[in-house]
Amino acid sequence: MELTIPGVATLRTDSDQAKRGGGDAEAADVALAASGDGSAFERLYRAHVARVHSLIRRMIGPDAADDVAQDVFVRAWTKLGTFRGDAAFGTWLHRLAVNVILARRTTIGTERVRYDDSENVLDGVAGRPPAPELSMDFEEAVGRLPDGARQVFVLHDIEGYRHEEIADMLGIVPGTSKSQLHHARMALRKHLDR
Amino acid sequence: MKDQWTDRLSEYLDGELAGSERTALEAHLASCGNCRATLEELRRVVGRARALDDRLPTADLWPGIAEHIGVVSLAARRARRRLSFTVPQLAAASVALALVSGGAVWLLGGRTHAPTATAVTELGRRPAPLINASAYPTDPRYAAQVAALERALQRGRSQLDTATVRIIEKNLKIIDRAIRDAQSALVADPGSAYLNLHLAQEMRRKLELLREAANLAGARS
Repeated sequence: MELTIPGVATLRTDSDQAKRGGGDAEAADVALAASGDGSAFERLYRAHVARVHSLIRRMIGPDAADDVAQDVFVRAWTKLGTFRGDAAFGTWLHRLAVNVILARRTTIGTERVRYDDSENVLDGVAGRPPAPELSMDFEEAVGRLPDGARQVFVLHDIEGYRHEEIADMLGIVPGTSKSQLHHARMALRKHLDR
Repeated sequence: MKDQWTDRLSEYLDGELAGSERTALEAHLASCGNCRATLEELRRVVGRARALDDRLPTADLWPGIAEHIGVVSLAARRARRRLSFTVPQLAAASVALALVSGGAVWLLGGRTHAPTATAVTELGRRPAPLINASAYPTDPRYAAQVAALERALQRGRSQLDTATVRIIEKNLKIIDRAIRDAQSALVADPGSAYLNLHLAQEMRRKLELLREAANLAGARS
């Protein structure tokens, strides 16, 4: 499900919640988990792990994704008491995941060796045969973007955050976020053309 | 080929260009095929990004998480159930848990409230039958324990901040609704083992939540 506001990024909402037939069951699980029910928390984990893990994988790459995802859910368990229910649980969890990712990115960033701010960074995958699933090919291309452009692209175009929010999260100005987004889109456009 | 407008196309696509710039860019687009083509490609990139599917991790992360937070996974619990427990045994476990909860009530308020202590004492004397969970709502022992815990919580309510009270009340309403739903379903299908078990679990959860809340209130008073 998407919330569309004219002139503003499309905000992605918790589609898994709709698939599960509404938020009542999830609200009950959140309440039970907050009171210490591990089974309820496991149900929440299974409902949200794909989205959380995908976000992490896109933001910081696959190598540390499992470790960071585990950290996100452990923190969610300890912080459930602070969840006020003002937003959907998925939205709260997602924001928590972003915070964990951003806190970890400095450490992870020092371990990464494929940083490249060149706009032609995607040329490295140019000669590969088309992937069976185009979306996987696109995922690879996203993963090969320079860090700044990739994070802005994931947060804006995939996750639906606005430039002001992204700037606040990443400690940059909105103009830089816009510039990085355009840089990422242009690079991905070139890749998809091939 | 890039021109002065190429770098503004994403902003245009996102509806972020101000009036005069937007008008000027639209005028440019009318005469520039390259920019029109680039804009269309950028639109496709955005569409592709929004259509990406989420994928599960290759390995199940729950066992590690469960270990960290000290809970047992559903799969492990189901395996244990298949091996060791029957529905009547689980019902008996609920009764045992109710007894433990009764002990908590005694610890919290029984020393100054004789009726609660009496109720616990009576529970201790009577053998706990393996009753059908659907009988719980009319079981005076269950009602007495809930009432005692609610009184203990009420006594310590002023020690809790309003946000905590709100969460507790909200959670209790959710559990009460689940209990009512299970009871309604049991009217239509009284022999359902699943519904009986579900009702017993929900009622046990209510006791657990009340016990924890009463403990929290008692700890702060």
